[in-house]
Amino acid sequence: MRTTFTQLENFGHSLNAHAYVIQPRVVEDIHAAFELAKKEGLTVTARGAGRSYNDAALNGGGIVLDMSAMNLITAWNPATGVVRAEPGATLEMLWQKVEPDGWWPPVVSGTMKTTLGGCLSANIHGKNNFKMGTFGEHVIEFTAILPTGAQVTCSPKVNADLFHAMISGYGMLGIFTSVTLQMKRLHSGLLTVDALPVQNLSRHLSALQDGAPHNDYIVGWLDTFAGGRSLGRGQIHAARYLHEGEDPNPRETMKLKNQILPPYIFGVFPKSLLYQFMKPFANNLGWRMVNIAKYMASLRTHTFRQAHAAFHFLLDYVPNWELSYGRGGLIQYQSFLPKETAETAWTEIIKLSQKRGMPSYLGVTKRHRPDKFLLSHAVDGFSLALDFKVTKSNSKPLSAMLQEFDKVVLENGGRFYFAKNSETTAETAQAFYGEEAVKKFRKLKKRCDPNGLLESDLYRRIFG
Amino acid sequence: MPDTQKPLPATPLNPRRRAIVLGASVGLGAALSKKLIQEGCVVALVARQKDKLDALCSELNQTTGETRALAYVHDVSKYQEAPTLLKNIVAEIGGLDAFIFVAGVNYPPGGMDKYNFENDRKMVEINLIGAMAWLSPVAEMFQNAKTGQIVGIGSVAGDRGRVGNPGYNTSKAGLHTYLEALRNRLTRHGVNVLTVKPGFMKTEMLNAAQGGTPMAIEPEQAANEIYKAMLKRKQTIYTPFFWSYIMMVIRHIPSFIFRKLSF
Repeated sequence: MRTTFTQLENFGHSLNAHAYVIQPRVVEDIHAAFELAKKEGLTVTARGAGRSYNDAALNGGGIVLDMSAMNLITAWNPATGVVRAEPGATLEMLWQKVEPDGWWPPVVSGTMKTTLGGCLSANIHGKNNFKMGTFGEHVIEFTAILPTGAQVTCSPKVNADLFHAMISGYGMLGIFTSVTLQMKRLHSGLLTVDALPVQNLSRHLSALQDGAPHNDYIVGWLDTFAGGRSLGRGQIHAARYLHEGEDPNPRETMKLKNQILPPYIFGVFPKSLLYQFMKPFANNLGWRMVNIAKYMASLRTHTFRQAHAAFHFLLDYVPNWELSYGRGGLIQYQSFLPKETAETAWTEIIKLSQKRGMPSYLGVTKRHRPDKFLLSHAVDGFSLALDFKVTKSNSKPLSAMLQEFDKVVLENGGRFYFAKNSETTAETAQAFYGEEAVKKFRKLKKRCDPNGLLESDLYRRIFG
Repeated sequence: MPDTQKPLPATPLNPRRRAIVLGASVGLGAALSKKLIQEGCVVALVARQKDKLDALCSELNQTTGETRALAYVHDVSKYQEAPTLLKNIVAEIGGLDAFIFVAGVNYPPGGMDKYNFENDRKMVEINLIGAMAWLSPVAEMFQNAKTGQIVGIGSVAGDRGRVGNPGYNTSKAGLHTYLEALRNRLTRHGVNVLTVKPGFMKTEMLNAAQGGTPMAIEPEQAANEIYKAMLKRKQTIYTPFFWSYIMMVIRHIPSFIFRKLSF
């Protein structure tokens, strides 16, 4: 079995860890990796595309299974919209397979580079969380290998406890080997998108809440630099699927060439170089200007049609944008708050970040609903994701500030999401998950992984 | 705070560089470990003397209030243990950013007319072969990972062969050459190799070898200078700095004069 000692990073390039990387190609390789780990006394974690902002796919000093080679879409039925794939297949492969046949993954993340295994592990959500729930709610069945060597098949009916724990389990219970998903029917390759400005946080949140029932997707951009009466101002994008007949030529708009994001802007300038031009703006002054300009540009209320891929995969619009944050990289702080307390909590959080001189550079809001998964991050309310640049000099005060944020979120009944948050402590994590969920999880962990083979840096941080 | 506790995992805002210090229980090794831990690193302290090592680790962990120092008892001359122990340490501290080889012994023959093969052999076995036993697997790891830093503690004594201590001179000269070769191999893979050539330091080694010595510095001062050189990713340093002038002269003394000198 070939292992390579490698340095791996998180998505934001703000954290690294060294590990022995093994790339399984067939299911037997995963068994062999577990055997090797047992023999050598090492721990194992799976890594998909490495798009987590934190330590979810890192395992310092242990074995990391790079699942990217197990990436086949093994079955696709365009009549029923049921697709089966290996865990290393990415959302990009998935939508490009199903979209030309008139289907779309019911839940996608802001980037299409994520793998299905990663989507299941983090139980990701999209801009339609309030309506379609999380990724896990569209899983018909999955198969997995447990560290005991057992192969399990789980669905909402069969092995339901494991189904609801492995999805959202961050790979801490077993390794997915295949996943069967239900796609959603499309009647056009386009969405109708409404863009409207909101003047403050209160209006921002009510626009999300009131807009949600009439739309299929809703997402807000929040100007993190605006204070005073304008605190929380921003822009809402609400999108609807086109009904049958609304698009005169759905076959044409659903063609792959009309979906794929162009690699050039203005037809000539390669986007792969764009992040270099963002570098000079990656500071407080630069991003303040960007935020102000963006708000000015968003003042016009308008409606337009946009291709699915262009609407959903905003993070892929500028390739390698995360490199523009420089050597220290970036982190994201995402908090989920009940609709009753969100305004109070985020007013406090945004004010604090401005007062400390460490404003977030980018804020994104979404509307959510709770789900039945064991380690759930969702609430009946909203989420706010804040990007922060990490530098040598700000890491200590930023760390202290985020601990204060955590306190505010906990006090207001909020939750966190471990595809994103990198600084949450074990106490905080176990406090919001609740005693019962943690106990249940530990029991399952003991059952699936009695020797403690599956461990990531994330696991050690929040359960270790 | 129990010593067996694992160190806290690193996060983007609380980064913890991971280091191994070999020969960490006393003198320069202890001072360097202390310095690295003060700077936020997680350090595996490896040494022969368990009681001294444990005492040092618990002292360091108490001052920082968390587990940053981990103790590993090991005799450098047991070469075959090195690869396994290295793997275990890397697993426990969660990776490896820097490897620092400090272990060394010095047994002067005690006179220009005295010869002692057993002592010479011990010095080469610890100072040179011990370093090679550890640095081979470490270099391989760093080469694959395309990152990392190796620090080897040589000596001003390794720059010339002198009448006073042929075995020690040889072991350190060999170490310098070995480190230089590693540097030439690894720089292209993004790995930094730093050769440190300390002058006299107030350590047990110096005390046992020649007693009180003028110009000797505290090991803490050397540790600070070595840490600075690590940050700058230097190749070779003398510590304290004035030794670079002294050694420049000594390195250039022609043999027909040097062989008549008595030091």
